[in-house]
Amino acid sequence: MDALLGEPWMLSPSVALRPEPFGALAYHFGNRKLTFLKRPELVAVVRALGEAADVRTALESVGVPASQHPAYAAALRGLAATDMIRPRKDAAA
Amino acid sequence: MTTLTERAPERPAQRPESGSLVQQFEYGLDAPICLTWELTYACNLECAHCLSSSGRRDPRELSTEQCKAVIDELQRMQVFYVNIGGGEPTIRPDFWELLEYAVNHQVGVKFSTNGVRITPERAAFLASPACNGYVDVQISLDGATAEVNDYVRGPGSYDTALRALANLKDAGFEDAKISVVCTRENIGQLDEFKALADRFGATLRLTRLRPSGRGADVWDELHPLPEQQRELYDWLMAHTADGEEVLTGDSFFHLAAFGESLPGLNLCGAGRVVCLIDPIGDVYACPFAIHDDFLAGNLLADGGFQRVWQDSALFNELRSPQTGGACASCAFFDSCRGGCMAAKFFTGLPLDGPDPECVQGYGEHALAGERTIPAPSQDHSKASPTRNQPVMLKLLTAPPVSACAESPLAGFDPTSTTTCGTGCCS
Repeated sequence: MDALLGEPWMLSPSVALRPEPFGALAYHFGNRKLTFLKRPELVAVVRALGEAADVRTALESVGVPASQHPAYAAALRGLAATDMIRPRKDAAA
Repeated sequence: MTTLTERAPERPAQRPESGSLVQQFEYGLDAPICLTWELTYACNLECAHCLSSSGRRDPRELSTEQCKAVIDELQRMQVFYVNIGGGEPTIRPDFWELLEYAVNHQVGVKFSTNGVRITPERAAFLASPACNGYVDVQISLDGATAEVNDYVRGPGSYDTALRALANLKDAGFEDAKISVVCTRENIGQLDEFKALADRFGATLRLTRLRPSGRGADVWDELHPLPEQQRELYDWLMAHTADGEEVLTGDSFFHLAAFGESLPGLNLCGAGRVVCLIDPIGDVYACPFAIHDDFLAGNLLADGGFQRVWQDSALFNELRSPQTGGACASCAFFDSCRGGCMAAKFFTGLPLDGPDPECVQGYGEHALAGERTIPAPSQDHSKASPTRNQPVMLKLLTAPPVSACAESPLAGFDPTSTTTCGTGCCS
């Protein structure tokens, strides 16, 4: 199981999410990368990250079944690669 | 000719719930990803292939306040950046004010310029924290040498562009873009363009010559020959393989029918993810389609840009599934999707047929058939030529009727007692 699931994460402060019919478009004002979140569920997860104790809690709050957690963890790793989301350092989860 | 407006439906097509990103894009987005905004039709140059037939300012051009209202609306719609062009946008007196306004309202700016106003002072401003690294500059250059560039862009334009690039580099502005329209004259200079970009710490951007605007007048002479398309494709494949070394604005998807697709969406984005706002607030399906047939509405007359983008009958038609027409049975249709709508339209080809530069050769066949090139629906070219007008001298393809028809001094021998030695003048 990906260690990320037990960690506190957040949407990067320089990222804006623009809702689209298929999900959302994420734009990073710092590195000017544009990314597409292809599922509304993934958008909900990303939005929930900052308020959740850890990634697993965020996934559960949105109703993502445990069987899909590894797939979501991989998608989140992809978003982390361009700093769309980042680990939350402040919270001692 | 089948025009889009004749068969516009009343409501947008039903979007599938799943499918690839490209399929989703074909049904359109709530706001464009790539929005081009031509700020003025005024230009100091008179490039032979100008796709907006620019030259003179239009008296109806948006005021500073109207432009700021457009930026406010783009911010509300979360259009994160806009490609500003013209005409020459920097000769609008309020250009720098609008640039700062956009950057301060979370609308990044990438602007295209011939470099005429990129002085050392302006370059320093562009590199300063005021622009917050949120401004991209594209210097247009259509030849790696003055000879090739000035042939289409006019005398002195090469020096102007290189001076601008030098000013940007000296000011510490990072990663300017050199934007090249690929023509028959410059395809052989791709390596030289790359070297030029490297010299200025810039990124090379190559785009396709479209038969739009004045481009329609010179397209036959300037569009790349079939073997040059292959040369361009091979060069792009070699230089775009490892990331973003060379940019293309996604403009060469018709070349995908050579085999492997180039990086990018490989999709006609017109009215789906792309559109154009012109200087008077008219909204067109794409920057290469400034024609009444592709006019979706006007943001002043039709209740704002968002209303036009989301509700126009034309855009909803473009977001409906398109048929492949004559291309549907081609094995490469899934690669090139029939090519560029504007290229077809302005060469008088049917929109559901092959691209005029179809790399499988169907375009040449179509061009040889009966077709009517559409009349331009507007022209802001200067009424009379100025010193900046390019002089496109051509080699004669047929011998002159007589030597005198080519030169009034033909056969003139100052030592002779008669004024003309050819006899045709007598």
